[in-house]
Amino acid sequence: MTEENEAFRIRENYQRLQRKAEEKAAAATGSGEPVITVAMATCGIASGAIDTYNTIKETLQELDLQVRLRTVGCTGHCYAEPVVVIDHPASGFPPLMYHGVSSGKGRMIVKSFLRDADPLFEHVLGATTESEDFPGVMDFPRFNHEKRVIMETCGVVDPDDIFEYIEHGGYSALAQTLETPPAQVIETIRSSGLRGRGGAGFETGRKWDLASKAPGDRKYVICNADEGDPGAYMDRTVLESSPHQVIEGIAICAYAVGAAEAIMYIRAEYPLAVSTVERALKQAEENNLIGANILGSDFSLPVRIFKGSGAFVCGEETALIASIQGQRGTPRYRPPYPASHGLNGAPTVINNVKTLASVPPIISRGAEWYRGIGSAGSPGTAVFSVVGDVVHPGLVEIPTGISLRSLIFEVCGGIPHKKKFKAVQIGGPSGGCLSETFLDVPVDFDSLKKAGAMMGSGGIVVMDEDSCMVDVARYFLEFTRNESCGKCTFCRLGTAQLLEILNRITIGEGKEEDLETLEELCEDIAEGSLCALGRTAPNPVLTSLRYFREEYEAHVFEGRCPACVCRALTAYYIDLDRCARGCDACVGCCPVEAIFTTANRKKGVDQTLCVKCGECAVACPPEYDAVRKVSPAGLVPIIPKPVTE
Amino acid sequence: MAQAENNAFDEEEESLARVEDALQNETKDRANLIPMLQAVQRLCSYIPEPAVRLLSRHFGISPCEVYGVATFYNQFRFNPPGRHQIKVCMGTACHVRGGDIILENFSRKLGIAEGETTEDREFSLERVACVGCCALAPVAVIGDTVQGKMAPSKVEGLILGFQLEKDRAEREKREDDRRE
Repeated sequence: MTEENEAFRIRENYQRLQRKAEEKAAAATGSGEPVITVAMATCGIASGAIDTYNTIKETLQELDLQVRLRTVGCTGHCYAEPVVVIDHPASGFPPLMYHGVSSGKGRMIVKSFLRDADPLFEHVLGATTESEDFPGVMDFPRFNHEKRVIMETCGVVDPDDIFEYIEHGGYSALAQTLETPPAQVIETIRSSGLRGRGGAGFETGRKWDLASKAPGDRKYVICNADEGDPGAYMDRTVLESSPHQVIEGIAICAYAVGAAEAIMYIRAEYPLAVSTVERALKQAEENNLIGANILGSDFSLPVRIFKGSGAFVCGEETALIASIQGQRGTPRYRPPYPASHGLNGAPTVINNVKTLASVPPIISRGAEWYRGIGSAGSPGTAVFSVVGDVVHPGLVEIPTGISLRSLIFEVCGGIPHKKKFKAVQIGGPSGGCLSETFLDVPVDFDSLKKAGAMMGSGGIVVMDEDSCMVDVARYFLEFTRNESCGKCTFCRLGTAQLLEILNRITIGEGKEEDLETLEELCEDIAEGSLCALGRTAPNPVLTSLRYFREEYEAHVFEGRCPACVCRALTAYYIDLDRCARGCDACVGCCPVEAIFTTANRKKGVDQTLCVKCGECAVACPPEYDAVRKVSPAGLVPIIPKPVTE
Repeated sequence: MAQAENNAFDEEEESLARVEDALQNETKDRANLIPMLQAVQRLCSYIPEPAVRLLSRHFGISPCEVYGVATFYNQFRFNPPGRHQIKVCMGTACHVRGGDIILENFSRKLGIAEGETTEDREFSLERVACVGCCALAPVAVIGDTVQGKMAPSKVEGLILGFQLEKDRAEREKREDDRRE
């Protein structure tokens, strides 16, 4: 009887919230006034979204227009930022998405569309809803390849308004969960096949099951948002754009494993994410969705934020726990796993942001639905941040199992400037560089591992022919050397040795036996390290050695960098046959005044002064295109510098 | 110059007093150490040595233990930052697009190496792992503003902008003084 009462109370409390959300939404849209939506997550702001927002606001006041101006998080279309969506039902147009809206453009569009009824089609990316007479954004490959589960409400709801999330069905999964026995919740997650999205791909259901069965009075749930992988930023985006979906996932997880407290471990380098989550937690508590007796049930869950202080290794579970306990973030030997011995020695579930954000949709729509998405071995969707040399960089959420080729060339538009594809780096410092032959590898945990890379946190950096693989390997080694916590000798000293050799190769002082030493060292580091940081640190070197060996050989044997990237091996010069008399474009941009005028008023580069930044190549007008790069540096033609008195 | 040093000294005394105040209401639980280090950095804008001693007394652990934890994490700095903090992103995407060239340019223009502060305390320069704006690479963060799509010429422009702003502020101050 009491159980029935409780279930009734939960349902009633949730329905009350839902009604309130509906009323709020109806009040906002009922008047039929136009709505302007500006995307304002960190990358939008970096592209100038704040200026755009303020200008639009001023323009609206100036023109005295009744328009609702709202902000949302990130839409994932970083290439198009700042993005503005204008929904003007009275005009007869569907909601239109504008891209690259600078503040001036914002003013122009608002004036023209809302006052003069001309939507300025030339600036429209597409309509956000499907309509017969207007091309929609869904017609772009970018949009129709995507399947949004984790980022479902990103860029749709206002992250600062919990009711917008509730109106989109938010927290219904939590209400439903609270009426279900915990074991059944775990069973749903287990049969959905959800695997940890933090990188290692451990089955989430199994992790929860272990923690729920582990003995202990006080259990914890930790949301791992210590996204340290350089080149990946999806956790930040999810927290900034849809914090409630993550909070709901945390609450469901805590209920399933019987946890008494939850901690969100967020990087301090993400100030906007921290403040957004702080506000979201406050709203959730005010509406009785976290805190004491959630929705009138017996289940209580305090949630707090712990700000991580910037150590890559703290993404590792045991290091993260050490850090929360006020220690240096060094990992310890596993087992025992945190699921049985975690924070303060108690059973602890540590899940990544994306894993937890996948939970509410799975509960709402069922395990079967989730299993049906993506590949069989690792079902569901994965979020990738595709950056580097692609036309449309940004966040992409796709079903697992689609090939790298369609991800890079269809979804992200391929390589810009008609350059050739060279390599793709997946999984950050733990991942590998794959060459063109691997483009048809399906993107999922197991296939990528087989190729020598790993899914990792989902950072994908695409590189065109102008990238040097030795330099990329050197870059990652520099990163892991700096971030090694110092506990294991092989990781601490081995990465330093690897880096030293790679440094030597990139300045043309490589020795013949270096390549073998590299391979040997890589093996030793992988074997002699405790945590994933050390075990996977050699991956960038190993994969680039395996797939791009000829580049290493060119550096070592010929002192030549094939891509002309390694600066010690490269020189810039100006092709006198193409240089125009009297043009001073390169002179003006050179930061070190290395460019001089020759006797016949053309230009030359003083090799002793040149820092090889490449600015002159950018500045040189395309019709002359006279700046050339050459490697090895010794091949540079000698152009006499006139003697000045 | 001597007065400027005195002012800086007073400021530090003041912020240390604030740290001491803040510590009074905090638990002595070791788990609170990192949040307290973050609080010190917020109040003093870096971790001065006396603050390490305050924390060691508060938590009942040795100063070297506090220092050991603080130096482990990249967030904490041990020298006072400049008025304009310049952080150059060294993430993968920024590296591929020439982030090191941007860092080098800042370093050359300001005459300081990474991790240092200019003598007039106007600028400090550091490298950060990734600020998460990879689509705008290469990126630098100045104060709280993210500057995307950096180029060596943009570096000069930004520094010149700050210089002009400072000159104008000084000129206005002089004019105000004269009027008084």
